[in-house]
Amino acid sequence: MTTTTSTPAWVEERRAKAKARFAQTGFPTTRQEEWRFTNVAPIADSNFPLAHGAPQHAASLVNSVAVPGSVRLAIINGQFAAGLSDLSALPKGIRIASLRDGARDATDGIEQHLGRVFSIDTHPFAALNTSFLDDGVAIMVTRGAVVETPIHIVVVTSGDGKGVVAHPRTLVIAGANSQVRIAQTFIGAPGDVYFNNAVAEVVVEEGAIVDFSTDQRESDKAFHVFNLQVHVEAKGVFASHAFSTGSRIMRHDIGIGLKGEGADCTINGVYLADGDRLMDTHTSLDHATAHCTSHEIYKGILAGKAKAVFNGRIIVRIDAQKTDAKQTNRALLLSDDCTINSNPQLEIFADDVKCTHGAAVGQLDEEAMFYLQARGLNRTEARDLLLHAFAGEVLDGLKIPELREQISATLFSALERDVRASTALSPGGL
Amino acid sequence: MSTATKQIEELANTEYKYGFATDVEQDIIPVGLDEDVVRLISSKKGEPQWLLDWRLKAFRAWLKMTEPHWQNVTYAPIDYQGVSYYAAPSEKKKLNSLDEVDPEIRATFNKLGIPIEEQKLLSNVAVDAVFDSVSVATTFRSKLAELGIIFCSFSEAVKDHPDLVKEYLGSVVPHTDNYFAALNSAVFSDGSFVYIPKGTRCPMELSTYFRINAKNTGQFERTLIIADEGAYVSYLEGCTAPMRDENQLHAAVVELIAHKDATIKYSTVQNWYPGDKNGKGGIYNFVTKRGICKGDRSKITWTQVETGSAVTWKYPSCILQGDDSVGEFYSVAVTNNFQQADTGTKMIHLGKNTRSTIVSKGISAGKGQNTYRGAVKIGKKAANARNYSQCDSLLIGDRCGAHTFPYLEIKNTTAKVEHEASTSKIGEDQMFYCESRGITKEDAINMIVSGFCKDVFRELPMEFAVEAQKLLGISLEGSVG
Repeated sequence: MTTTTSTPAWVEERRAKAKARFAQTGFPTTRQEEWRFTNVAPIADSNFPLAHGAPQHAASLVNSVAVPGSVRLAIINGQFAAGLSDLSALPKGIRIASLRDGARDATDGIEQHLGRVFSIDTHPFAALNTSFLDDGVAIMVTRGAVVETPIHIVVVTSGDGKGVVAHPRTLVIAGANSQVRIAQTFIGAPGDVYFNNAVAEVVVEEGAIVDFSTDQRESDKAFHVFNLQVHVEAKGVFASHAFSTGSRIMRHDIGIGLKGEGADCTINGVYLADGDRLMDTHTSLDHATAHCTSHEIYKGILAGKAKAVFNGRIIVRIDAQKTDAKQTNRALLLSDDCTINSNPQLEIFADDVKCTHGAAVGQLDEEAMFYLQARGLNRTEARDLLLHAFAGEVLDGLKIPELREQISATLFSALERDVRASTALSPGGL
Repeated sequence: MSTATKQIEELANTEYKYGFATDVEQDIIPVGLDEDVVRLISSKKGEPQWLLDWRLKAFRAWLKMTEPHWQNVTYAPIDYQGVSYYAAPSEKKKLNSLDEVDPEIRATFNKLGIPIEEQKLLSNVAVDAVFDSVSVATTFRSKLAELGIIFCSFSEAVKDHPDLVKEYLGSVVPHTDNYFAALNSAVFSDGSFVYIPKGTRCPMELSTYFRINAKNTGQFERTLIIADEGAYVSYLEGCTAPMRDENQLHAAVVELIAHKDATIKYSTVQNWYPGDKNGKGGIYNFVTKRGICKGDRSKITWTQVETGSAVTWKYPSCILQGDDSVGEFYSVAVTNNFQQADTGTKMIHLGKNTRSTIVSKGISAGKGQNTYRGAVKIGKKAANARNYSQCDSLLIGDRCGAHTFPYLEIKNTTAKVEHEASTSKIGEDQMFYCESRGITKEDAINMIVSGFCKDVFRELPMEFAVEAQKLLGISLEGSVG
């Protein structure tokens, strides 16, 4: 543990600014449009102390999600844990540092980008994270480097049964024309109550290609807030794949700024919720320049008394001509007690653009069910097949095969849990 | 096509055709708003005590509210104390025939082309013409009365049918509903009242024209339409206002009640003064419109063509309470120059097998900003509810904006909700195709825009569709580079 005296002045300054900002705004309330359907009072009231040290199960939790052949970076309770990380497969062209060391050694780009990819004014939880800015990981990919080895960040939060809060942080700077695949897994001990308030910032420089997957499998009693903010320069390509099966209250804010011409981005996601859990995803796509393309597919499966919010904003700025943006949001409701609030938003200020969005909410298609049953599948098998196909569309986009298998297994076991729960509630249904 | 060209030329050459002010002696109460003003309005209209109490209740609620600002529009602050809340032509004696109507007022209506004289062009339309705030004349009254249909001004309804008014007033839009509805409930001047008795099909399209005439008077209309079991009515509302430089506030409330098996079709063409080319002046159109499908198999259709007003802010909504009830919303909103519109609908599904359709077409030109904001809520008990929404935006020019904010809230698994939105500009290939066939740029755009809006115009009664098409042409005039 290093003492705070060695913290660079610029870090202190950004922390202080964020602290002042958060002190001003406080936790958001449902009276704010961006938080209308998500009541974060349970988080605000929890008053957890800041997590310290490594919990008992840290090693087994990290190992349980290990992706073979990858570079593994462990963040335990917000701190980079070298002991649980595995950098043996670290290839050329990529540099990795704990955020604390990187900031102190003035590693290139960190000062320039950390806390600068987004505005703390519009993200109260990110401001809170920044006001506790201490450690995490920084990943720097050198210009032109093509990194074949996947980088896997495992974020573990646990207070060994006691409620804690952690503010992990990730910074990725992909140099011009570089390529990298990064995955981030959020995990905690099952049944643990804690609040994980994570922030990731990604800078995709000109012509770089970054693939970023998120697997949120926090404890189902946990609060999980994750802010992913990305800048994509000209001709850069960025893709986010988010899979969420855990936590009691989840809030994802994914903000992507297409800052240079010819940039392309994909934001895909699947979330599953049962019980009385709440899954909130807010995506914001800012087409700031011309000739950019974006694709977005979000799918939700809800059971029990679960609640989900999807808010997908696409802004096309006045000079962003020839923009092509496509957004799809679909949700399957498996019980009569669940609620979905789906709010796609298009804000368009340029005239020569192609923007479409579609939202659909419903049950499984009865005709498809009939078709499968007519071919000898029983109702449960038919339903499972359709559910797998529903989530599979997004899963197929994952670029790391080992991770795809792992997430697929989690997703489908969660699916079975959810479906069983809902079938128990409505025996006649489905 | 040549007729369309002629129409546009003809209409566009006169700046705002309806921008003239009629010089009629008016009875205006001093500017400002307090409880005494509410009492004064009520006493001037000779209202019963219960209505005054209701107004005062609304006024007190309004005082506690704050003006909402979540909408996607910007406008200069409204000085609620700088407006006169009542203006009526001072000549108020009962009129038996149209000849007795003040010739000045009649001339105004003639300029507008309103068929107030029964034998004129569209002889099958009964018009309840609201001149500023008081009904001037009502036509076809006797013919409708034979069928038991009540079509009169709101004040007359209060006098002649107090029970009906008392039962339904504020039942769909409560006096505390929102800031502008509360204001309207406190100071509403007049409006229209329609009651269609059981099993009656209204034989003609009912129509009313609102005009904001006197300078600095807000127009606070109140419309109440009740269709009893199995009744059918189609109601048209058209709005024009003379050219004025100061912004004028229009905060109307419309309530529709459809009982079992009843159908209400409500069509609006709104072409109030949109302000000049530099965004100066124009009407603030902040309206609360809501209908309730109370009984099973009832149906409410809102059709609107919004081409006027500096700022339009309204969401005609349907509460689908009865089983198998149907709500529909068809809208064309045009914003040119500095106009802003934030409009859409709310479909609240409560009953079983309820269905709703939303078709919204937004056209932005110049520096206009057009927002679709709509909500579809499927309640927990609304089994097999179905919604289809389609929002298309057309952008003409590169300084305008189109925004879409649909809200979907689903609490039932059997619900099927679909939302589709698209934004595009007029294709260069489409333009090229038309121009290469000798069609001028202006005509080509008009043709493409007409096609874009066809789905909505088809829902309008014939005479409105003609006017709407014309208005669209004028609204977009000058937007082509």
